[in-house]
Amino acid sequence: MPRELIKGNEAVVKAAILAGCQAYFGYPITPASEIAEAAAKYFPLVGRTFIQAESEIASIQMVYGAAGGGVRVMTASSGPGISLKQEGISYCAGAELPCVIADIMRGGPGLGNIAPEQSDYHQVVKGGGHGNYRCIVLAPNSAQEMCDLTIKAFDLADQYRTPVYVVTDGYIGQMMEQVNFPTAVQHPKRHDWGVHGDDATRKNLINSIYLDPDELEEHNRKLQKKYAEIERKEVLVDEYRTRDAELLVIGYGIISRILRTTVDLAREQGIKVGLLRPVTLWPFPAKRIQKLCERVQAIQVVELSNGQMVEDVRLAVEGRKPVKFYGRMGGSVPSAQELLGVIRKL
Amino acid sequence: MYEKYLEKSASFYPEYPRKSGNQSVTHYCPGCGHGIAHKYIAEALDDLKLTERTVLISPVGCSVFAYYYFDVGNLQAAHGRAPAVATGIKRINPHSIVISYQGDGDLAAIGGDEIIHAANRGERLTVFFVNNAIYGMTGGQMAPTTLVGQQTTTSPRGRNIHNEGYPIRMCELISALEAPVYVERVSLHSPGARAKARKAIRKALENQVQGKGFSFVEILAQCPTGWKVSAPDSLKWIEEKMLPYYPVQVFRDKSAEAEGWAPPDVAYSDADVLQLIELPLEDEAAPAARPKVPEQYRNPRIKIAGFGGQGVLLLGVAMAQLGMMEGYNVSWLPSYGPEMRGGTAHCHVNISDTPIGSPLVSASTVCVAFNKPSLEKFEKEMARGGLLIYNTSMIDIQPTRKDVEWLPIPASEIASQMGNIRFANMVVLGAFIQKTGLINMETAIKGLPAFIKAKKLIAENVKALENGAAFVRGELKI
Ligand SMILES: Cc1ncc(C[n+]2csc(CCOP(=O)(O)OP(=O)(O)O)c2C)c(N)n1
Ligand code: SF4
Repeated sequence: MPRELIKGNEAVVKAAILAGCQAYFGYPITPASEIAEAAAKYFPLVGRTFIQAESEIASIQMVYGAAGGGVRVMTASSGPGISLKQEGISYCAGAELPCVIADIMRGGPGLGNIAPEQSDYHQVVKGGGHGNYRCIVLAPNSAQEMCDLTIKAFDLADQYRTPVYVVTDGYIGQMMEQVNFPTAVQHPKRHDWGVHGDDATRKNLINSIYLDPDELEEHNRKLQKKYAEIERKEVLVDEYRTRDAELLVIGYGIISRILRTTVDLAREQGIKVGLLRPVTLWPFPAKRIQKLCERVQAIQVVELSNGQMVEDVRLAVEGRKPVKFYGRMGGSVPSAQELLGVIRKL
Repeated sequence: MYEKYLEKSASFYPEYPRKSGNQSVTHYCPGCGHGIAHKYIAEALDDLKLTERTVLISPVGCSVFAYYYFDVGNLQAAHGRAPAVATGIKRINPHSIVISYQGDGDLAAIGGDEIIHAANRGERLTVFFVNNAIYGMTGGQMAPTTLVGQQTTTSPRGRNIHNEGYPIRMCELISALEAPVYVERVSLHSPGARAKARKAIRKALENQVQGKGFSFVEILAQCPTGWKVSAPDSLKWIEEKMLPYYPVQVFRDKSAEAEGWAPPDVAYSDADVLQLIELPLEDEAAPAARPKVPEQYRNPRIKIAGFGGQGVLLLGVAMAQLGMMEGYNVSWLPSYGPEMRGGTAHCHVNISDTPIGSPLVSASTVCVAFNKPSLEKFEKEMARGGLLIYNTSMIDIQPTRKDVEWLPIPASEIASQMGNIRFANMVVLGAFIQKTGLINMETAIKGLPAFIKAKKLIAENVKALENGAAFVRGELKI
């Protein structure tokens, strides 16, 4: 198995190629630029398409075009660019086009800064663009998962004909770790519903317009049914020392890594705490949190934001147990010690 | 209200099943220019036998439903984005004929960026730009092409240059770019003008058949409804109002000289792909038995800091790479972005027997300081009993922490004596290896090419490692 010490961002690109991604359309932005740079290096080498678009608006529309052709395709960006992509993502959701969007989050709002934050949660998890849609959101917390979840993102996108995000923060994107890459190169069949530019697919139409209110409602109901199925089947969650936990901490991305150390530190002091990490931010592991609520006395959510995911935790908990929030913003990342202090106050 | 405009060319659906209501007439107003433009395009597709492999991108505007009519592959695009959508699908279907059909609001206002850059990249596309000087679809608002003085619902007193500027001439703009192969403006106002329009449409498609690059045809077209004139008067309107401002002419024609091009169609085996993306298949040999590591050096949490350019980040990568080769869990996290510019750089490295939780190093058990500010800053946050390695060549003070182990080393001088101060980081790596025993020297020598990319520098870097180790053993005097 090929093993490499590699940045999370670069692992995304190699994984995408192994997954059979045919085209990358992007626009540079820190801290996601390594994805564009590695794609520029490797995609053309193996006969795939790389274009540096004029903007994020255009790059996601190129994705729409290529996805409409029935092939695997991706783009990547960070906060300000993801904001611009929302138009195209809504169109992809409406036209049911599979695609993968990596978001390596940075500080906001506005230009903010390039340090790690998790403040895109709302715009990626709650839909972001206009209309009644959801995107599947995968949240890796290691370079290995940047590889594995990118491949999974392509599979899910195809299976459900929907855009899938791979969302993480600047630290997970910039960090180098060992990655064991799969050796299989996938050769996904071009979708029959795609427009291949040939007679066989000539009757196909990629479209999100339904003029008639009844038809548009029916289309929306179909989308909602698909989302309900995703919520039933695709929840992924990772837990650490939750078996006998009396307190539960919840975090994703870099925060989940820090919390893991904090849990060990707390356990050394006899505090029975466990960590739950949503691997899918949507669908959100609400059921699992409800289950753990039966046992734990209190829940502490930690985010690099003003408290965005905590809203989903509270919706899941429905007031059964106290839910506390601790957030850092602007790119300040708490240490394991700092979070130990937070847990001790619970 | 509706008129049967589209004569049944084979590239049109005979009826329009995607349309609601009367499926034998189009949704366009009587006398609308779009219908004529559609007809000429369909005829050209028939004659050039392109129907089967054509992909049409419908815009947002009155022609949003172009896919009702054309019996070709269809994608409907967001407002203004048709050239980007066309780029995406053309690049993955290079054999197909991709048409971006757009109105003036779509192409010249909201989609100004997309059209300019598709043109500038020389995308092998055909763009038909229907200029009717107004937003038809939304009920007659001002377009970027609306004429000076022209009244619309959003320029009720007429377009005023002081408030709205001048009408935009897209052919002139596009032909200022290097890449486009063919740029022509035509009109639909008279039989003679229409004959030219027909020809231009054909040429723009033929260019794509031959792989000749970006072709752009602007069609001055009537919108009787938006202009609030009768269908016959709309033709006069073009002639009298539009032609003086929008000259009908060829702006660029390199069709004859331009060379056809298509991306090479090469098949890559899976083995080729793995090779090309630098994922070599062969498994690394199992790591050799590690030397016994003294308790205090196990599972180090390492902070390395210095000026940018001192090889701080590379030293961290090297430690992580070698740690990985020895079978440890490793992580490397850099300071990135502006933090790195000009000033200091630092990185966090973990080498551990167990899975790594936080990759951030706050209480370091190993601290490497290449310069004075780094020593002052990071010594403070070290864990008790840690190892402090500092570059005495650049640091003229002593550490203050008495509860950590000091390893002073004149790394920059050792490197300079070898002829290149840049080897200082490898000198430190050699010292670290010797001191902690975490990594075998053979592994380090074997692993060097993974992070020292210049082959000719390998031998000297090995020497630097050995010098660092020799210094710690007390065998190298300086
Ligand atoms: C993002 C966005 N903004 C605005 C609109 C509303 N809109 C639809 S068509 C149109 C103008 C189209 O005018 P033009 O491109 O000139 O085409 P015509 O209808 O004249 O053929 C506008 C503003 C939209 N659909 N999407
Ligand atoms: S409003 Fe104008 S452009 Fe639209 S269909 Fe009617 S005549 Fe044609």
